[in-house]
Amino acid sequence: MSNLKEVFANKKAFIPFVVADDPDIETTVANVLTLAQNGADIVELGIPFSDPVADGPVIQKADLRAFKADVNTNVVFEIVEKIRQKSSVPIVFLTYLNIPFKYGYDKFCQRCQELDISGLVIPDAPIEEQCELKPYAEKYGVDLIPLIAPTSADRIEKIAQSATGFIYVVSSLGVTGVRDELAIQQLSETIERIKKVTDVPAAIGFGIHSSEQAGKLATIADGIIIGSAVVQIVADGGDVQKNLGEYALSIKDAISVKA
Amino acid sequence: MKEMQKEAKDVSHYGEFGGQYIPETLMNELKNVANAYNKYKDDPDFLKELHDLLNNYANRPSLLYYADKMTKDLGGAKIYLKREDLNHTGAHKINNVIGQALIAKRMGKTRLIAETGAGQHGVATATIAALFGMKCEIFMGKVDTDRQKLNVYRMQLLGAKVHPITSGSMVLKDAVNAALQNWASRIDDTFYVLGSAVGPYPFPEMVHDFQSVISKESKAQILEAEGRLPDAVVACVGGGSNAIGSFAEYIDDKDVELIGCEAAGKGVDTDQTAATIERGSVGIFHGMKSLFLQNDDGQIDQVYSISAGLDYPGVGPEHARLAELKRAKYVGITDDEAVNAFEYIAKTEGIIAAIESCHALAYVMKLAPTMSKDKIIICTVSGRGDKDVASIAKYRGVDIDE
Ligand SMILES: Cc1ncc(COP(=O)(O)O)c(C=O)c1O
Repeated sequence: MSNLKEVFANKKAFIPFVVADDPDIETTVANVLTLAQNGADIVELGIPFSDPVADGPVIQKADLRAFKADVNTNVVFEIVEKIRQKSSVPIVFLTYLNIPFKYGYDKFCQRCQELDISGLVIPDAPIEEQCELKPYAEKYGVDLIPLIAPTSADRIEKIAQSATGFIYVVSSLGVTGVRDELAIQQLSETIERIKKVTDVPAAIGFGIHSSEQAGKLATIADGIIIGSAVVQIVADGGDVQKNLGEYALSIKDAISVKA
Repeated sequence: MKEMQKEAKDVSHYGEFGGQYIPETLMNELKNVANAYNKYKDDPDFLKELHDLLNNYANRPSLLYYADKMTKDLGGAKIYLKREDLNHTGAHKINNVIGQALIAKRMGKTRLIAETGAGQHGVATATIAALFGMKCEIFMGKVDTDRQKLNVYRMQLLGAKVHPITSGSMVLKDAVNAALQNWASRIDDTFYVLGSAVGPYPFPEMVHDFQSVISKESKAQILEAEGRLPDAVVACVGGGSNAIGSFAEYIDDKDVELIGCEAAGKGVDTDQTAATIERGSVGIFHGMKSLFLQNDDGQIDQVYSISAGLDYPGVGPEHARLAELKRAKYVGITDDEAVNAFEYIAKTEGIIAAIESCHALAYVMKLAPTMSKDKIIICTVSGRGDKDVASIAKYRGVDIDE
């Protein structure tokens, strides 16, 4: 088990997402460091997959930019190595199961441990299909962060009970992307049910972009995950470091008041 | 295969293959589909409605036609063609669509979505949606909407909305991605009618069961015609639905050789291929563990075949298992061989067969002469080839006005 849980102690965690190698190695390293310096408590780093079925158009485009830069699994590890020379910010990977499967679960999780990667978020590995990966994740102290969706219903308790690190609560149906309407009522019910069976923190993600939304959701969750909105700032170009830094601070500020 | 089920981890696996590698959002819905399927699959009312539609709407049983001229010309084994091309809508796809749509109806769904490659599965889904009064949306790669224009218009005529998919390589796998995404965003009223023996459990099993009507019929028909079982059964393999349907009833008959024909494109050893079983490796994609064409990092390849219906980087988990057990054999057929078979079967038997099916026919052209005259081959003609006429003309450099 990693130290992820401690990150949530006494504060609401801000968890931004960036795609590794979008658009190149140096920029990704700089982006992660900027986010870490401006309030990110955990950084979620995406390992691009050719067919990201759980991701919306913004992240799909970022994956394509990374493929243009010839990203592969070892390049992503190289990026983390560079980040680690300057920062110990907790990092989790987001990827699809075929990536660690092909790399070899043992070798992949071992690399994660060496680079102090705390956890893995794998959208196409529901808990029933984690059994092959789990022994290796446990061996190397890497948390498998489960997702709970608005459709999880009777599965909520089962998923929450087996979770370590934190739980990724999916705010809306479908794929990642920026959304305006979030069903706060349903989300808070889901989180209440989670809290009844575990003290593993629950962070909300999918579709969050404004600091106002983040602030509202921070009243019911332990952390806020922001993906597409962050990736869009990277895509927009200009002074990305400045824009990312300001955005991160505004989110951190919005969620901290509630803590 | 009874023996296969016994050793399986559970009903959702075929040896190590299969499973439900799908986002959490869809897990409960998959369970609902599996529960509904298991509830109805032996239900007399369901079966009555299924068989009534298969026989009185889809034109089953399909003929098992003795291809006398082809047999004589090739000079070896007797060749029987299982004529799925004569089904309503022109391919085997309708068998599975009727079954799944009846499940959808019983689940109270009002909207059907489907992926399609060649357009045959899309046409079948649009057809049944029209018949059942359901809404229908079809996802099809942009490359395929361009090369199968006739089928796009057929779907529109039937009242379906066709979404050309411009992500990725813009072919079948990208259409599956888009259909899965659409399903995840709208499960309340929507049923995803998966068109091949792929995807997460229970789809491979449902598709197997609904397509096994092909071999149930062919077995009875060949026993009637010849008084014995065939020596070989040959079918083309994209995701593997017509092949699993053609094999199903013979899997326990060890003396019947089962042969699946994959699209080798420009050649099995080129990078312009879709020969998944010969060239692929174990991976996890589209909800299943199976064999995939992919690179060393696990990125799924952009595959190639002249045939839009075989242009898929994976294969159904049951085929991966049959290949591993060596119960079935899988061979690659190139574009050239398939196009030659397209022309051969037209001139010899007066049948314009789908370019997908011509991959199986091309192998029969090689196999039959090596077998003695007392041997019997059954080859499934999975669909008719009207949809392919324009692109074959183009392949031959003939300019025809579509
Ligand atoms: C006529 C025909 N045959 C074969 C196929 C390949 O699918 P499968 O391998 O599932 O039978 C298709 C798919 O579009 C088709 O249209």
